[in-house]
Amino acid sequence: MVELSHDSRPIIGRGPPLIATFITLAIASIALMVTDQRYDQLERVRAWLTAAAYPVQVAVDAPFRAWNWLTGSFADRDRLRQENLEVTARLRLANLQLQRFAAIEEENRRLRDMRENSAGVAERALVASILNVDLDPFRHRVLLDKGKADGVFKGQAVLDGEGIFGQVWRVNERSAEVILISDAEHAIPVQSNRSGVRTIAVGTGDLSRLVLPFVTGESDLKQGDLLLSTGMGGVFPPGYPVAKVTRVERDSKATFAIVEARPTAALDRDREVLLVWFKAPAPEPPPATSASTAAAPPSTVAAPPSTAAGATPVQSAPVEDAAATPAPGGAQ
Amino acid sequence: MNRSNFWRRILYWLTVAAGLALAIVPLPDWLDPVRPDLALLAVIYWILTSPRIAGLGYAWLAGLFLDVLHGMVLGQHALGFLVVAFLTHRLQLRMRMFPIPHQAGAVMLLLALYHFIIFWTDGLTGHGYTGWNRWLPVLSGALLWPLIVAAGDTLTRRSR
Repeated sequence: MVELSHDSRPIIGRGPPLIATFITLAIASIALMVTDQRYDQLERVRAWLTAAAYPVQVAVDAPFRAWNWLTGSFADRDRLRQENLEVTARLRLANLQLQRFAAIEEENRRLRDMRENSAGVAERALVASILNVDLDPFRHRVLLDKGKADGVFKGQAVLDGEGIFGQVWRVNERSAEVILISDAEHAIPVQSNRSGVRTIAVGTGDLSRLVLPFVTGESDLKQGDLLLSTGMGGVFPPGYPVAKVTRVERDSKATFAIVEARPTAALDRDREVLLVWFKAPAPEPPPATSASTAAAPPSTVAAPPSTAAGATPVQSAPVEDAAATPAPGGAQ
Repeated sequence: MNRSNFWRRILYWLTVAAGLALAIVPLPDWLDPVRPDLALLAVIYWILTSPRIAGLGYAWLAGLFLDVLHGMVLGQHALGFLVVAFLTHRLQLRMRMFPIPHQAGAVMLLLALYHFIIFWTDGLTGHGYTGWNRWLPVLSGALLWPLIVAAGDTLTRRSR
């Protein structure tokens, strides 16, 4: 039985009546919701409230961080040695590839300069860790420990070692919310590495699955194709891996094929991600034919121009829309 | 009297803060949808024991902080908390006399209403998730109610 406290009498003649308070606050919450949903006026209010709530988030994160630190500092010597050896070996290999890469990059820059389009190469990156905080079980959002103070901005691309991770959705003073590419409200323009087919990959709410709802039955997509970001919409840098096609199902009666892909980034395992700054592509889109080669990575320059050029005018509008703001409803 | 009220206020806010913290603690995926709304249960409990200290404004602010922590549309959980707090205030004298299982049933109805409001506003703002498992916290919260009462009673008995 609930304990009675000393103050258990009904409220009579004390302060404003209950119903008045209720109506006032109810109107206040509805007004808040409408303002927050329709306009951007509440950024400052939210910033204050977030600052007040920040200690709670840090308190929740702290034990996990402490545990990681402890296990890290008391790791045994053999394992560290082993790790060290592995890392050295990988570094040597990477350096070897890098030597070749440096030459190619130089050549690439020269070619791009010639075409006056050096856009889209990630220029600066900042490592951010993901706070151990659950935002919502049904949405794929994570909280990073970098915010406005570090120069993070809304719509910034977030990558991990293996591909595109998501984009910044809301910036606070010392933290930032990131929407993952697998969130059901997120869509990203992609292009097949093999055939150059462009389309949009939409999140499903399942960490290991993206769907490509706008692929026509005749499009040249196969299981195992690597999907790269196209850089259209200016949110994501072009040419980074996004997902691998896992399933293609064609029905001769349906207009669109059923295509699913698996994100290459380790969406559920990452603790550290990269925030990148890159020069956004030129604002006015070049003619369709040159666009198909400009945004394409070197390996797809030889893609059949008819497919790419034909697809561009149809898809550029939803692509820009979906990529710039993951608005409710995504790309539908 | 005023002094003890002051400490009670602190206590009530601390319990809500703990509930809010537990609302964002990472849980394994299978357990995540079952997570009970501890902050709301704390609010209900304090309204039942001392309606004059735990008012509507208290519930509303708690809900607003939950919105901020979850990164939701501002005012969504605040509205849910407010409606539940209002009904609890109205039913307070009756609910207090219920035996615990009966009380848990009433709490379950309140939680169902709360989740309906969240569901509804989610739909209005375009984030609708319609899976059945979003209703699981209603059940887990009701099952947890006896424990909340026991814990709360222990806390208040000591501070009195």
